[in-house]
Amino acid sequence: MSLIQETDYGTPASRAEKTVTLTIDGFAVTVPEGTSVMRAAMEAGMKVPKLCATDMVDAFGSCRLCLVEIEGRNGTPASCTTPVAEGMAVRTQTQQLKTLRKGVMELYISDHPLDCLTCAANGDCELQDMAGAVGLRDVRYGQEGENHFTATRGGEANFHYMPQDDSNPYFTYDPSKCIVCSRCVRACEEVQGTFALTIEGRGFDSRVAAGMHQSFLDSDCVSCGACVQACPTATLTEKSVIEIGQPEHSVVTTCAYCGVGCSFKAEMRGDELVRMVPWKDGKANRGHSCVKGRFAWGYATHKERILNPMIREKVTDPWREVSWDEALGHVAREFTRIQAEHGRGAIGGLTSSRCTNEETYLVQKLIRQGFGNNNVDTCARVCHSPTGYGLGQAFGTSAGTQDFDSVEETDVVLVIGANPAAAHPVFASRLKKRLRAGAKLIVIDPRRTETVRSPHVEAAFHLPVQPGTNVAMITALAHVIVTEGLFDEAFIRERCDWSEFEDYAEFVADPRHSPEETERFTGVPAADVRGAARLFAQGGNGSIYYGLGVTEHSQGSTTVMAIANLAMLTGNIGRPGVGVNPLRGQNNVQGSCDMGSFPHELPGYRHISTDAARETFEMLWGVTLDKEPGLRITNMLDAAVEGSFKGLYVQGEDILQSDPDTRHVAAGLAAMDCVVVHDLFLNETANYAHVFLPGSTFLEKDGTFTNAERRINRVRKVMAPRNGFADWEVTQMLAQAMGLDWAYTHPAQIMDEIAMTTPSFAGVSYERLDALGSVQWPCNEAAPEGTPIMHVDGFVRGRGKFIRTEYIPTDERTGPRFPLLLTTGRILSQYNVGAQTRRTANTVWHDEDLLEIHPHDAEQRGIRDGDWVRLASRAGETTLRAEITDRVAPGVVYTTFHHPLTQANVITTDFSDWATNCPEYKVTAVQVAPSNGPSDWQRDYAEHARQARRIATPTEAAE
Amino acid sequence: MALQDPGPDAAAQTRNIIADMTHLEGPLLPMLHAVQAAFGHVPQEALPVIADTLNISNAEIHGVVSFYHDFRRAPAGRHVLKLCRAEACQSMGSEAVAAKLTALLGVRSGETSPDQAVTIEPVYCLGLCSCAPAALLDGEPIGRLDDERIVAIVERVRP
Repeated sequence: MSLIQETDYGTPASRAEKTVTLTIDGFAVTVPEGTSVMRAAMEAGMKVPKLCATDMVDAFGSCRLCLVEIEGRNGTPASCTTPVAEGMAVRTQTQQLKTLRKGVMELYISDHPLDCLTCAANGDCELQDMAGAVGLRDVRYGQEGENHFTATRGGEANFHYMPQDDSNPYFTYDPSKCIVCSRCVRACEEVQGTFALTIEGRGFDSRVAAGMHQSFLDSDCVSCGACVQACPTATLTEKSVIEIGQPEHSVVTTCAYCGVGCSFKAEMRGDELVRMVPWKDGKANRGHSCVKGRFAWGYATHKERILNPMIREKVTDPWREVSWDEALGHVAREFTRIQAEHGRGAIGGLTSSRCTNEETYLVQKLIRQGFGNNNVDTCARVCHSPTGYGLGQAFGTSAGTQDFDSVEETDVVLVIGANPAAAHPVFASRLKKRLRAGAKLIVIDPRRTETVRSPHVEAAFHLPVQPGTNVAMITALAHVIVTEGLFDEAFIRERCDWSEFEDYAEFVADPRHSPEETERFTGVPAADVRGAARLFAQGGNGSIYYGLGVTEHSQGSTTVMAIANLAMLTGNIGRPGVGVNPLRGQNNVQGSCDMGSFPHELPGYRHISTDAARETFEMLWGVTLDKEPGLRITNMLDAAVEGSFKGLYVQGEDILQSDPDTRHVAAGLAAMDCVVVHDLFLNETANYAHVFLPGSTFLEKDGTFTNAERRINRVRKVMAPRNGFADWEVTQMLAQAMGLDWAYTHPAQIMDEIAMTTPSFAGVSYERLDALGSVQWPCNEAAPEGTPIMHVDGFVRGRGKFIRTEYIPTDERTGPRFPLLLTTGRILSQYNVGAQTRRTANTVWHDEDLLEIHPHDAEQRGIRDGDWVRLASRAGETTLRAEITDRVAPGVVYTTFHHPLTQANVITTDFSDWATNCPEYKVTAVQVAPSNGPSDWQRDYAEHARQARRIATPTEAAE
Repeated sequence: MALQDPGPDAAAQTRNIIADMTHLEGPLLPMLHAVQAAFGHVPQEALPVIADTLNISNAEIHGVVSFYHDFRRAPAGRHVLKLCRAEACQSMGSEAVAAKLTALLGVRSGETSPDQAVTIEPVYCLGLCSCAPAALLDGEPIGRLDDERIVAIVERVRP
């Protein structure tokens, strides 16, 4: 193992197809037209000295170190800003160039401290490298003149000196080391798209400034780390590097936060993680990251992590630490007893969207083979199950149609019920880059999110729908497209069933679907709807990206079908730049669905009643599989309350916090005899558990995650599991304790079994993943290198299916008692229920959930900014603090769900999607009133949690 | 030029000042000039308003405002005297003129006098090289500065 050194070509690659040939120092080089001389030289293996150039951002030409001579041209042009030309003869090393470069370096070093030995960048400093490269031996100007790096000069304060800014929890800004190359400013603008940095002043006074000469923490900085990565000196440095030192080896792995699935280099010193650096060859992120993946990995070593198995008789007892054998033996005995007493269907399990494909596969295998039933479900139930169902119906596959690179070729982007700027930040950066280059944006969201408007990006149309009216909204868009004749007839005739289209067209053309009619309940002005529809239909490549604001509704599946209709109607399927793209919430929610985590589906989305699919597994596993679907989460909990369901194995999921109607979940768990929680921390669900099995983090295991673009990325072990075993090993030990003869020694063998049994994974193996970096399923004989874009020549199901999408208002209505509509969402710095991010320094950005309320609604209720308020629905009530803002419309309130104290899901109801039971998180009728502090439920729950988390000390155990 | 305290509602006033300028091509500098013309300087409170109107970031507008020395970040004195210190004027004795004026007015170059009577700012070429050494008093050009004209300037600043 060694430290992966990625080649920096200095300027971005040209996309031109035409090539030109030139000579550099006498060697012929052929590169695409538009390539810089600097990049061409690097491709030929010659490194022209440079400081301000890096290939993540456009050429800038400020450092004057990369000068070259070009035959027939005057002067010494900068190689970064000079494009190649046919027949050009370039010299990179002449006496004149050597003298000039040395002179430039002398000027830089005359205003830079010479504390290299004690500098955090020692060993990773481009300024030091360039001093070496140009042969700098002395500095004629000395260091005594005016400068930026000494706090005092001549006994007086040096007014050019700025002290170090430590405000960001993860990196420091030390202006005394800065050479003002602008790489950080350009990375913030071009790569991240936040524009939080600038160069203030001019001439000798030029300095990098965050915001308006603010601290990094007070500025607009979102802590994505792009500036730190771009900095060639120690000016912007990770605090972990300052503390530990430079890493000595690195391993490429995949982030375990959101569904973008960014590739990172885990840079290590021994088994200590020094930093996570986005990998430029990662095809999802292309070298970019967000604050979570880049910095928020400290939870892996957090003191609250549980490292030993624990059991207890009753959930009111304190936990007792036991050996793995005792814990697993206990679970096996309990599960066997329960099945003997209450029937085979009395136990079940939940797979995790945070664990690897291999681990998920094993959990469903344990349930189907070992438990002998299909009582398996996963948290995708509560997020994207309607995506699976809706897209399966329309197109024949339960996944997004594109790769993330596709966004670079889109012309009109329709974002529905998603806020990528907060929840999928790296995709948002790629989207914003395309929007700044001219693509148009339409956003359908009740709230004016950061995605709607941010510096240099503004939606052409923001359609602020009333929560719960998505189907009417999208059908109205289709109405305009059909009635104004803007649909793509050629595409529909070729790819879809024309008679189905005619039926659908007749349906949407009905005047009751017109924007003028639907405006009455969607609240969106008809003119905007017509404008948006025309833009989407006529604006070129149209792509749709959507999130949980689409799926978590009583008509979630219908909305997904409406989206599919819209894409087919406008011919936007089957090529780069178009498509239907669900933005998946968790790192491996796509994979957990692919791996057969639903009670009715075997791996690869094959219905359990399909004889052929069942037989494949029956032959391999040597058991007869139940051909009836098992219980969904909600059914398991209902059955538990009724007394017929008694045991549950929960791997890496906190259903008490993430599932709707918290009290019902609590009641269901409390009614069970044996709840086994397999997790990193004593999460909220563990408060109702009888057995706790410590889990491992993504840094501690091998495996694969599948991201929102169906990309199977490798997860690689960089340190030994602190709890002793990777999660797949724990599941295997449990299976063995229950008498199954599993003997996997590496996750690669599990992937081989998946490939052997699942047609869409047939070509996947660790060897292929290592060779190609990653593949997008389907990966099989027909597509040995995977499938970046689906439905290219035809839909997987044959012909695309248009489905009528009748709008049926949710049963959750506002009324005199609950006059406001609550909708929920996420914030950039926190992730899901916060189990990981709350245990990192990310809490400096968001330490509590806030209720956003419109000034009009706040004034009516006498609520001021920052007041504690009581939030009540038919299901329950909680309290949190209010933030008064016009981001939400009057009548709508909004909150995040990252903190357990808030327990936002105490409020949400048990209404759910008609097809998939996906809960209706996004619409709850509520009332808001001033309050003094926590509600009774919050107080009771906090006390219960405190009691439930007690771990017996050895002396107590001896009593 | 009178000292104009923008008061507590600088943001609201800025919004009015720039309201009909959004159609301009490259509207940022004209907006900053208009704000400076109204307030005598560019108050910090004005910047987020302009940034939001143009959908640029606070950092970007800070970069622009801090780049141009002509945009004043704090109120100036009642009179503003810009003394040319560029090459042509230097060759005609502008350094001596500057020394006399700063001594007579009791204020250093780049600063405002304690009685708020005058701000002296260096400029680098007023385009009045043929009449060097040159100055600009409250926007009025004054060429061929000699002792007589220096005294006249002092009398206008403190009558």
